[in-house]
Order: sequence, then structure tokens, then C-alpha cells
Amino acid sequence: MVLADHPFFKGLKPQQLQFLAGCASNVRFEQEESLYREGDEANNFFVIREGKVAIEAFSPKRGAITIQTLTNGDVLGWSWLFPPYHVHFGARAIELTRAISLDGKCLRKKCEEDHDLGYELMKRFSAVMIQRLQATRLQLLDLYDEGG
Amino acid sequence: MTARKLIVDTKGLQQLFDLLRKRGYHLIGPTVREGAIVYDNITALADLPVGWIDEQDGGACRLKRSNDERVFGYTVGPQSWKRLLFPPMARLWQANRGAKKIQAVSEKEGPTEKYAFIGARSCEIHAIAIQDKVFLEGEYSDPGYRARRENTFVLAANCSHASSNCFCVSMGTGPKATFGYDLALTEVLENGSHFFVLDVGSERGNSVIESITNQTATEAQSRAADHVSDAVEVRKTLDTNGIKELLYRNYDNPRWIQVADRCLTCGNCTLVCPTCFCSDVYDVTDLTGRHAERWRKWDSCFTVDFSYIHGGSIRPSPMSRYRQWMTHKLGTWIDQFGTSGCVGCGRCITWCPVGIDITEEARAIRESEKTATAESGGMKIENA
Amino acid sequence: MKPLSTESILPRIYRVQQSNQETYDTWTLEFEPVDDHDDFSFTPGQFNMVYGFGVGEVPVSISGDPTKPERLIHTIRSVGAVSRALCLLKKGEEVTVRGPYGTHWPVEDSVGHAVLIVTGGVGLPPLRPAIYQLLANREHYGRIVLLYGARTPQDMLYTTELKRWRARFDIDVETTVDTAKPGWHGNVGVVTTLIPRANFDPQHTKAFICGPEIMTRFTILELQNRGVTTENIFVSMERNMKCGNGLCGHCQLGSVFVCKDGPVFRYDQIQPFLSKREI
Repeated sequence: MVLADHPFFKGLKPQQLQFLAGCASNVRFEQEESLYREGDEANNFFVIREGKVAIEAFSPKRGAITIQTLTNGDVLGWSWLFPPYHVHFGARAIELTRAISLDGKCLRKKCEEDHDLGYELMKRFSAVMIQRLQATRLQLLDLYDEGG
Repeated sequence: MTARKLIVDTKGLQQLFDLLRKRGYHLIGPTVREGAIVYDNITALADLPVGWIDEQDGGACRLKRSNDERVFGYTVGPQSWKRLLFPPMARLWQANRGAKKIQAVSEKEGPTEKYAFIGARSCEIHAIAIQDKVFLEGEYSDPGYRARRENTFVLAANCSHASSNCFCVSMGTGPKATFGYDLALTEVLENGSHFFVLDVGSERGNSVIESITNQTATEAQSRAADHVSDAVEVRKTLDTNGIKELLYRNYDNPRWIQVADRCLTCGNCTLVCPTCFCSDVYDVTDLTGRHAERWRKWDSCFTVDFSYIHGGSIRPSPMSRYRQWMTHKLGTWIDQFGTSGCVGCGRCITWCPVGIDITEEARAIRESEKTATAESGGMKIENA
Repeated sequence: MKPLSTESILPRIYRVQQSNQETYDTWTLEFEPVDDHDDFSFTPGQFNMVYGFGVGEVPVSISGDPTKPERLIHTIRSVGAVSRALCLLKKGEEVTVRGPYGTHWPVEDSVGHAVLIVTGGVGLPPLRPAIYQLLANREHYGRIVLLYGARTPQDMLYTTELKRWRARFDIDVETTVDTAKPGWHGNVGVVTTLIPRANFDPQHTKAFICGPEIMTRFTILELQNRGVTTENIFVSMERNMKCGNGLCGHCQLGSVFVCKDGPVFRYDQIQPFLSKREI
């Protein structure tokens, strides 16, 4: 099972994995295709199998500004877990990208009923968020400035 | 070092000075100037601090009259012999530039000055040996230092008493000179007689003493000299047991912040310290911009600039700079050069305007560990 | 012990052969010796003290090919009076050079291992000679991976060379920037984010790190997360240098002198000092 191979899902019970697999489908995005736009309803999260995705914000004057890029193996999207369930930053494939898409709406409901599954997913998403936050903090430091 | 002890009187000592001068040595010795002991050119015994002693304390030094004619009654002054071997300012090289081309000119290798250090103390001799390790035994050596050092004649003077800031015994550097001298004298004043018992420390010393009026010391005279050295009371102490590891463990000790409250980062301690060796290298040009010179001068780790790299200083806070100096002097120096950097001369205590005492700071840090152990129910604090 | 005679305190004189502006504040200068009998040679990671006439001297890593030392190459960032003066030098102008000083990247000692290079900003110039040496002896090494981060695509150095290396099949090159304008299709994010999925075996890899100290600290964390041990991590450090040969005391980092015990250190040598502030 493809999901079980991925480190993000490691340690989940077979039942839980089976449920997740039931909510999952393979998706593909062409280069420049949007996965989602800022403000969209957050209904999915993605596990990138192959390709490159830019997290971006759009400015009228500057156009789409890439904040971070994610690639093979990265997990993308956590807004589906938290109200108001809207994405805050857009995601766009900058290369042909193949990913697994998981149905967040369906998962949300299940997590409310099954707190065990909910806790397992929360743990894993927290870890992803911490990683992103740390990377973002380093980005903010402007490390290569002469003061670095 | 010969076992034979000789004695000379004051006339003999003057003969010694004259002979050294005849042999081309510039005599550098202690003089009294502006209320302090200053090392300067001397020629006669009368130039020395005859009849002077000193009293030192944290941030204080006063010269006082002794009630006799002793010559070497003072202990140490604010200067050390390092200013002769490692001059405060030295030109390294010069260069001239044409339209685009540079022509470098080395310093002329003239005859090096021959110095005779008159009245060097044991702690000072240890300090010279410590600087020898820095300037001569590293991967790169300083040829100027080497040339001056090879030509230096050392007439040591064994201390007859210690200042209240001396802690040479703790550092294993005194009070008696045991090596590193051509001749070492111990001044004896008793029962109206005034003489100097001499130890010969080298062939060079031997060749000098042979040519002046001297006598073999009697048993009694030898003993008198021993008695002078034995009677020296060195009261301050510094526990050097595991001091390097102690300081490595205590980079974050709150004591540093407490010291920083008092420390003015004036750098006096680094100037008076006989082992501090940090220097700055800077370039100057003339107004035409065609002639440039590179100079080396003494520097101090207490300046903010000292650790500056593009963008900022590594040690901006006074706390970090005091910590750097003390940890280097007592700790990292050992890893770098195999010995402590401190000889216990006490100068840094005397000439600190606020009287910071390195032995007190070391003691406080050591004590703070004991307190912490007690508070944690007797659990030993392991090495970091 | 190398005795420093007056003759060797005297620096060598070099002439600018070529000047190439890499970014808005960084130039790569190529020098040739004025004296034809110059016997200069260096190992990757070493630096020279380069003197701009009348202005001063700065330590600069040597960035050229160690097998062609007569082409002395220095990449200099203009951050102060001296570096600015050096960056503005034109062909034919002269400088003086003292060196080479310091320790080198353990390229020879890494034979039989994979080599992972993590660098950012002006951390790449001191590593370039090591990359040259690795590629010149390619068959003796496992995977070679270069991870390079820059502020923006315009701040990347050696872009032509990076392209050339990327085109090779025997070295993995991944670059990333902190911010990018539209049109950039590469990675965006700090260089440490490239480490978790870089292709190397932590058990048999030596890591060479050069860049800002924060980048270095976090890189080491990521490497250790992947199982690289401290004896296999090498870091190039930087401190204020005046003499370059361990006598002036300025470059001390704890008990080591960066100019002669470094600038390349094995991580465990400096581990106790890296985590402390203001050392």
C-alpha cells in the first residue's frame, strides 16, 4: 500500500491506514497548474510523490510570490484541520507533479468520532508545522546578509 | 646553575653594571618616576629605587620610604619586561607604490639592541618564559622577539617581601628565581652590612662575575640569603586545581555578570600583565598615498573592536570580554601553550581602577559550584 | 615549525589579471604573481591575507584550482573599507598577499567516502577548491552532493560553474534561495530544508559545511538527525584576523586560533564553543 510506505503515516494501525486509503486518490498537476488558491475551501491535503510545488501569496504589483517550495515526500496542507477551513496561501505546481490527495472533509468528520485517529493525525501535522515554522524562521533571518 | 654562591657589595654591583655596559648591554632597570617604579635606562646603582618599598592593594599602589638603603625593596611596578622584548609599537614593513606597481621594503636588519634586565623577579622570569612559548615555539615565530631574546642578559633579584597582591606561590612562579637568569642576587641587610648573594645561572653570567670583585659566600651569608627568601610572606592564593575545567564548565556562571557591573573594560590589566601578547596590525599611508607602512601595536581583548568582523563584534558585552580575558589567562592558555598564562604577579589587581581581583573571581566561581552542589542535595556536578 | 624570517613577513606581490563581478557586492578576482619564480601553492580551505595598498589587509579564502596555483583566485565580498577597495581593483593593479594560512578540507582523508557539501552565500568560495579536487579524483569517492543556498537567484555565485556541475552525472547539485522573483522555478527555502531528502548515506559520508554561523548550527542539527556523527562533520569558521599566523590573539574561539587551528575544524574540536554566546 503506497500510503504505508510514506514516513508520515508510519506507526498508524492497519485499520486507520485502511480508512485513510479509502479517502485517498492519486492526482496529477501539470506545470503551472494550481493545487489550490488563497481563500479556497480547505478540503484536501497532499502527499507529494514527485514534482515541485510552490507555496505562494499573490500581490497585485508583484504577482505570485513564492514563499517556499515543497517537493518529493513533502506533506502539503493543514488548513483542513482547523476552522474556518480555508487555505491562506496558494499552492501551484511549478513542475509536473504527481501526488496523493486525501479528502480532508471526510477525514475531519471521522476524527471527531475517532479521537485516536484524530490524535495520531494531529501529532503528525504538528511535526510538519514545526518543521515549516523553523525553516521559515531561518528564512526570516536573512542569513546571508553581511551581519550573518 | 652552580652550587657556588658568591657575594658582592654595592661597589661590586656597580662594577657589574659598568662591565655589562662595556660589553655592549643597555641596562634596563627599575627607577622611581612619578610615584611609580618604571623600567628605564640605568647606568648607576643610584638610579635604582634605593630606599624605596611599595604597598599595593586592589586598585592602589604607593611607594614608601624604607628606613634603610635597600635597593630591591619594591616588588613589581606597572610595567614588565615585555615592553623590551615585545615593543608596544613596531614597524613590520614599508611599501611604496608607483602608478600601479607596489614595491615592498623590509625593515632594515640592523644590530639588535642588547638588553640587560636588572632586578628581574622570579614571576617576571616565568612570564618571559611564557611569552617565549608564544612567540618562539608556535607554528610561526617572531624573529624580532627571537633576536632580542637571545641577546638579553638577566640579572634576577630575589624578592625580600611580597606585596599584598602577590600570589606567585599558588602559580608556582616564586618567590625565588630557580631558572632563566644569568645571575640572580638576593639582597641582605643585617647588622649594618649590606651585600648581595649571587647565584650564577649561565656561562654568560659566569663570564661576567669572574671579572668583578667577588668573594665566595660564607655559610652564614648563604644562610642569610636563604632566610630572606624564606621570610617572604605571600598571602594571596589562587587554587589552580582543575582551574581550566572549572572555567570551561562555568561560561554561564552569573558571577561574570556581577564582575561586568564593576569592570570598566579599560584594559589596564592587559597592559600591565607581563604575559598578555595580543597585538593589532594596522596600515598607514602618507598624504601622497604612495608610501605605506604596516605597524604592529599592543591590543587588548577588552575593546569592542577586538572581536569585530563585518557586521558586528562577537563580544559586544563587557561581561563577555572580562570572561574572555580571565578564561584565557587561567584556562584556555593551558590548552594553547601547555602552561598557565598567569604568573601571580598581582599587577592586574593593583592597577585595576576598581580593584577587581582575579583570585577573588576564581574563588567565587569555584565556591558557586560548591553551593550548587549543596543545594542539589549533595549531588556532584559532573564535568560538562 | 616554519620560522617566520623577515623575508617571509614580507608579502608577495600580485597583479590583477581579471575581475569579474558576480553579484551586486561580490567580485571574483584572478591574480598572477609579479615575480615569475613564485612558488605559491595551497590546499583547499586555506586563506591568504590580501593587502589593498594603504587601506589594509583582510583574510580571504583561496577559491581557485589547487592544481593551478599560479592562477590565484579570490572571491571577495565588499563589506568594509579594505574589501571594497579590493573589489574595485582593475586589471594591472597590484596587491600584496601573505599566505597560505590555515587548515584544509579533509579531501584526501575522505577517499572512499561520500562527500556532502552544505553551503550558503559567500560560503561557497572556500569550498570551490575542494569541489575541484573531488571532481579531479572522482573515482575515489562515493556520492558527491552539493547543497547551496543564497538569498535570491541574483546573489548566487559561480552560476556558470553551477550549471556545468549540474550537467554532470557524478555530482548532485541542489540550490535554493530565501526569496525569489516570479519566473524562478527552483527551490525556495533555507538550505537546511534540502538536507532531509539529500541523497547520501549518513554512515559513510563526510560533510563539509561553510556559511553563516546560524546556518552552520542548524545544518549540523539536520545532519545529526540523519545520523551523521560528529567526527564526520567539518566546518569552516570565521573570526577577526589580523596576523593570520596565531600571534596576535584576535581570532581566538575558546581555546583555538581560527587562523592556525582552523579555519577548517572537525566539529568536535569546536562543539563546546559553538553553542555558547559571545565566545
